[in-house]
Amino acid sequence: MLAAMYMAFIYAPTETKMGHIQRIFYFHIGSVWVATIGFIIVFVSSIMHLWKSSRKWDTLAYCSAELGVLFLTITIITGSIWAKPIWGTWWTWDPQLTTTFILWILYIVYLILHSSAGNDAKKSKYAAIFAIIAFIDLPLVYMSVRVMRGISPVVFGPGGGGIAPEMMNALLVSMLAFSLLFLLLLIERLDLMRMSDKLEKLKLSER
Amino acid sequence: MKKLWAIVSKDVVTELRTKELFTSMLTFTLLVIVIFSFAFGFSVEIINLAAPAMLWIAFTFAGILGLSRSFALEKEGGAILGILLTPTDRSLIYFGKLISNTIFVFIVGVIMIPMFILFFNFSFAQSLLPLMPIIFLGSLGFVAVGTLFSAIALNTKLREVLLPILTFPIVIPLIVSAVKLSSTILKGESIFSAPSALKLLIAFDIIFITVCAVAFEYVVEE
Repeated sequence: MLAAMYMAFIYAPTETKMGHIQRIFYFHIGSVWVATIGFIIVFVSSIMHLWKSSRKWDTLAYCSAELGVLFLTITIITGSIWAKPIWGTWWTWDPQLTTTFILWILYIVYLILHSSAGNDAKKSKYAAIFAIIAFIDLPLVYMSVRVMRGISPVVFGPGGGGIAPEMMNALLVSMLAFSLLFLLLLIERLDLMRMSDKLEKLKLSER
Repeated sequence: MKKLWAIVSKDVVTELRTKELFTSMLTFTLLVIVIFSFAFGFSVEIINLAAPAMLWIAFTFAGILGLSRSFALEKEGGAILGILLTPTDRSLIYFGKLISNTIFVFIVGVIMIPMFILFFNFSFAQSLLPLMPIIFLGSLGFVAVGTLFSAIALNTKLREVLLPILTFPIVIPLIVSAVKLSSTILKGESIFSAPSALKLLIAFDIIFITVCAVAFEYVVEE
């Protein structure tokens, strides 16, 4: 993480047009990258949960959904901080942003559903079903927003073409750092869930 | 096929006897129209722009109202257990519910459109018939998702409160394409002048009927 900070603030050259504000991208892309991984994990482990119906996959899905929402929130916040001076507005309803926003809402709903369904083994499947449906829904959301707004130009593409090699290095380091952070948090969170499960069991056996 | 028909006819007969769903859904739609026309003022330009969106907002809210009752009725009478105990394929139950709910929501939509045309001064000849297939496709996809979620929501702590929260974010593509298509029609153009929206609507229906039918078996397993 520290290395990523160093790379982002000192090592990488300042972007000519945008100035220092561009440096926020190292965190923006890092967190969106991790959030994407998180949601893919949710999707895969939800399928595994429906198939094998084991508690392990369920907790994995839940924990990575939590982290995915967290990192997506960071993405949206850093994105708006960047967009204010560059686009002159905090938010526009362009297809990418709208889809991200709906993605964010979908996984918050997933968390609500998961906690509302409780710990019942049967009911935990509801959240898994929702996660799968939400994942399938996303490409449709993207298409629908494009239909509504017409084809709007892709304002920013992280294409390697226009990016300086030092910037690329800094970006890679920050993506790596975010991945490690994600992994660490995920392991901690899983541990916590396991412990609270154990506690539940102990409480039950005491009675 | 016979079993499917049994579920559908049971729902329809119950509704015909009680009429509680239709009355509440239709009253609700009327209220939405009144509230919207006050909120937007009465200027013609705004109404022209906002009418398709109003139509679909009223439609989805009324639909949610109907869907939340769909499984609640079964649960209250304990009938859901009876249905589950019969030796049928679980997805048949889903399709039965899907058909009966689509019938209800579609009929509400069909009654809603003339009211809209009347109140907001659109042309009957141009828009009445072309809007029907869109209402049908819209209700089909909406109900496909909503039926599954109403079965889910009923078994959670939050109950009916959860249903709109689950359904709305998922049906966004459906609503967006339906609004787009309706506004093309209300402008007096043909349904095929917005092909991508039409394709999207049909794709949504096909994808979610399939996925939800499969997922339903996991929801009701006891």
